Amino acid sequence: MNAVFFICGFIAIVFVLFISIYLIVSGLPAIREIGLVDFLFGTEWASTASEPSFGILPFILTSIYGTCGAIILGVPVGFMTAVFLAKVASPRLAGIVRPAVDLLAGIPSVVYGLIGMMVLVPAVREAFTLPDGASLFCAIIVLAIMILPSIISVSETALKAVPPEYEEASLALGATHIETVFRVSVPAASSGIAAAVVLGIGRAIGEAMAIMMVAGNVANMPGLFKSVRFLTTAVASEMAYASGLQRQALYSIALVLFVFIMIINVILNTVLKKKEA
Amino acid sequence: MKRISALLLSGALCLGLLAGCGGGTSSTPSTAPEQSAAAATESTAPSDTGATEVTGTVNTNGSTSMESVMGSLIEAFREVQPGVTVNYTASGSGAGITGAQDGTCDIGLASRDLDSDETGVDQITVAKDGIAIVINPANPVEDLTIEQIAQIFTGEITNWSEVGGEDAPIVPMGREAGSGTRDGFESITGTEDACVYQNEYTSTGEVIASVASNPNAIGYASLSSVDETVKAITVGGVAPSEETVLDGTYAIQRNFNFIINESTPLSEAAQAFVDWATSTEASDLIAGAGAVPVAE
Repeated sequence: MNAVFFICGFIAIVFVLFISIYLIVSGLPAIREIGLVDFLFGTEWASTASEPSFGILPFILTSIYGTCGAIILGVPVGFMTAVFLAKVASPRLAGIVRPAVDLLAGIPSVVYGLIGMMVLVPAVREAFTLPDGASLFCAIIVLAIMILPSIISVSETALKAVPPEYEEASLALGATHIETVFRVSVPAASSGIAAAVVLGIGRAIGEAMAIMMVAGNVANMPGLFKSVRFLTTAVASEMAYASGLQRQALYSIALVLFVFIMIINVILNTVLKKKEA
Repeated sequence: MKRISALLLSGALCLGLLAGCGGGTSSTPSTAPEQSAAAATESTAPSDTGATEVTGTVNTNGSTSMESVMGSLIEAFREVQPGVTVNYTASGSGAGITGAQDGTCDIGLASRDLDSDETGVDQITVAKDGIAIVINPANPVEDLTIEQIAQIFTGEITNWSEVGGEDAPIVPMGREAGSGTRDGFESITGTEDACVYQNEYTSTGEVIASVASNPNAIGYASLSSVDETVKAITVGGVAPSEETVLDGTYAIQRNFNFIINESTPLSEAAQAFVDWATSTEASDLIAGAGAVPVAE
């Protein structure tokens, strides 16, 4: 029986190792050929031009800006919702909101993309009188909504795990309910909330399908109302017909993305360890 | 016990998946016949080809734009000549012509006509590809010349009023780099590497959807995929249709060619494939794959 558990656990490790090694092996040749500095800091991406250039700085910056934007919009809303669900709402009200949040988490990303493309993009075009609405701004809004469920559920769990004695002591000393929530419960749950934010960052930076449909996909340097391309969408949009160095460069983009995700995971683990200590 | 066997089974499945991944890594976009999702194989089942059965392998190499046409043809040809395996490698028209010259492939595939300096090979046109220029139905513009279209997509003309429309910015929509339609459009209009797109989409459907939802947009799409949600404009006074593509009056079109070495005769299997693909039997398949068949 133990052997079965061992094999199952081993499968996960095999997959992670396989993906890591595969990405490194197939991602490095193009970086070597293009040059690390030219690849990471080049500002022009023209993969099929007669004199191709492979600079992915626009994609890196877009991914960073997009993720930051989603965090700025999504974290306050998600955090307040978590406080509401864990500490403020009556059980009956929480019983309505919580399934809605869970449902939000279950919606496939292509549906977010489709609705974004059909509703959000034209609305943004009208509202800001732009030539076309597909832009970084739309991607940020879609991402912000998509990271809400993970932020809400992880923060809520952390808030609920705060020992009731803390809050009782605070209330006994004369603090109001809201004061208790923000001065006692939230600080006590801070590492859990931090983990929720990092998780949200991880989800936002790795999303491809939804933002591919709303971001416009032109390799511009990022601007809020410009058509932009993310690291994920750069791989997804060109892989179908890519060949030669272009194809290898797409693997290299995937490798860069992988490194980003690894860094985020390390941060997440550190945050969680701090919580245990 | 049941649970253990279920776990083992899922473990085995996972390993199988892993093995599949490992094998897949080495494959170039060499499209094996089973890949394409061609329809209508029944309609083209051997009607009058009950004659000779040939066997062998036919290697084709070239244009990425011809991928969907070749996929449909290869899949259906398996029913016609079960003994023949046709392989397709997507490498680009230039590589296809070179391959036919060097003899590294049986049939080269080119989505353009041969240049005068490309000697030693012949071209056989199997299909024509028409690219429609689409705008929003609310846009009053009806006709553009090919020069105007080129100027619009390179950013020299930026307002619809310059080409007889309303005073509104022109929003050019395009396809991603590497797309056959983009390659076709840019090479016909002479705008290679010079197009300035507002957005790039990864499918024809997305281009159509975005043009349908944006009153100032202009885009291009394969003729067969244009529907009533967008307006296909006339180019130099000629409306895009199967007829105008066939008689050559519609300007934004190109040939899908088989490139064949002049000095080396085709193998029996390759000859059978060429004969079949250029016959009327293959016409429905070519049309189904989005191109205009030329066989009569």
